[in-house]
Amino acid sequence: MEYKLTFQQYNQALKENKLLGLKCQECGAVTAPPKMVCRKCTSPNLEILELTGQGEVKTFTTVNVAPEGREEEVPYIIVLVGLDEGPWIMGNLENIDPAEASIETVIGKRVKMTHKVFTGDRYSAGDGARPLFSLA
Amino acid sequence: MRKVAVVGVGETKFSGPQSKTGVELFAEAAMDALNGSNLKPRDIQALFVGNVLGDFSEAQGMVQAFAADNIGCTGIPASRFEGACASSSMATRDAFVWVASGFYDIVLVGGVERAATMGTPLATRTFSMFSDSRYEYPSGITFPAIFAMLANLYVTTYNVPLERLKEQMAKVSVQSYQRGFFNKKAHLRKQVSMEDVLKSYMVSTPIQLHDSCPFSDGAAVLVLASEEVARKLTDKPVFITGVGQSSSGPLSSQQDYLPRIRARELAAKQSYAMSGLKPEDIDCCELHDCFSIASLIAAESLGFWEYGKSGDAWMNGEADIGGKVAINPSGGLKSKGHPVGATGAGQVCEIVKQLRGIVEKERQVEGARIGMTDTLGGDGGTLVNIILERGW
Repeated sequence: MEYKLTFQQYNQALKENKLLGLKCQECGAVTAPPKMVCRKCTSPNLEILELTGQGEVKTFTTVNVAPEGREEEVPYIIVLVGLDEGPWIMGNLENIDPAEASIETVIGKRVKMTHKVFTGDRYSAGDGARPLFSLA
Repeated sequence: MRKVAVVGVGETKFSGPQSKTGVELFAEAAMDALNGSNLKPRDIQALFVGNVLGDFSEAQGMVQAFAADNIGCTGIPASRFEGACASSSMATRDAFVWVASGFYDIVLVGGVERAATMGTPLATRTFSMFSDSRYEYPSGITFPAIFAMLANLYVTTYNVPLERLKEQMAKVSVQSYQRGFFNKKAHLRKQVSMEDVLKSYMVSTPIQLHDSCPFSDGAAVLVLASEEVARKLTDKPVFITGVGQSSSGPLSSQQDYLPRIRARELAAKQSYAMSGLKPEDIDCCELHDCFSIASLIAAESLGFWEYGKSGDAWMNGEADIGGKVAINPSGGLKSKGHPVGATGAGQVCEIVKQLRGIVEKERQVEGARIGMTDTLGGDGGTLVNIILERGW
């Protein structure tokens, strides 16, 4: 059985600011990030769908201690965004002073999306784009 | 399925960076467990070891084979278990099932790690490997960041003001330090005040340094035996009466449950059902306090307090020795330490000693008969729950 939407395809599309997900042909649910099967009904009968990248911030944190090799990135904000199509997805939040980021200024706010590429390290088997959100 | 008991336990001190190898640490703890069980290496039929990062921390893979050979168990089946921070709890549950099924009578289970020896940058990087490497790590996810996001979500989900939650989180740490101070095996034995916690370095908002457990080196080992064998070896067998295990995908996939960790609720349900027990039956519980918020979230999912209310319990002393259920009388991951692959086995060692009444008196849960361990790996990727009861 072929994997419908691989990380390689997802990564390539996200580098063009396209967020790809999967629409279940059985139950209609949207799955993102991609899996072999529908996140709701576990059917593998899925079709690729381009998502809007818009949604609402569900939670966040401002990171001050970086993993090895990513020290220049701090401070950075990680968010979990509830996309309009249903699934939650992890990404970063930009265009806000990390010192200003708080529950009141970030959670519940609408966001729009571009991308940023993690160029990879010796362990990662290549690079990886992630959603880069900003307050809409 | 036969009944299975812990016969003997052994632990090294949990510590910061130190020079003994993983095999050496495991061997020391293993010999203590064997001696405490009146057994010899030749009595052991199989070895189950939790070790997560030996490859990174000391370029040692397959540590279980070298450990078996090192302690005189050359040739026995030796298996390594990896469930991030829940590895040796996973190993314990697995070993329990092998003995309960009748396949083995006497086995050795444990874990070892040199997480402190790795240093903070590499430890932070390797711990991030327990998150999704394609869909989470590119965002720069770290362990503190995961629980920081859960803490903010806890605020909005249960309407607990952040300032109050931070006090409750600080109380969790202060209590852990208070109990761990008297634990001779603990990594961080110090007196820390609420003020110290709230003034400490901000790692990932709102999680501060003293909300976070350390990386530790250490090993913990148990001997498990069938009831028939156990009763010949000890007059204080501690029976494993409930086990549960569950798994999960990345944090975002748990959207219907966060800040609750669904895998924990599934694992605990299995364990309670198997033992026929309820939360109110548990006298003491070693739960997974990698960060103080994790304790609050865990205690609620284990059924000790209502969602959003466990912080009040800590503030009222209900979560301490003398309260409703003694949480982390060892000092927990916070103070006793967190040698990842060894942590789960260490939690079982603690409960066994509590039920036998042999820990330092300042942290003994008087009359404890029933205990529980709760161990979490990754962002809820692996969860193991074990219930233990006095067999006398």
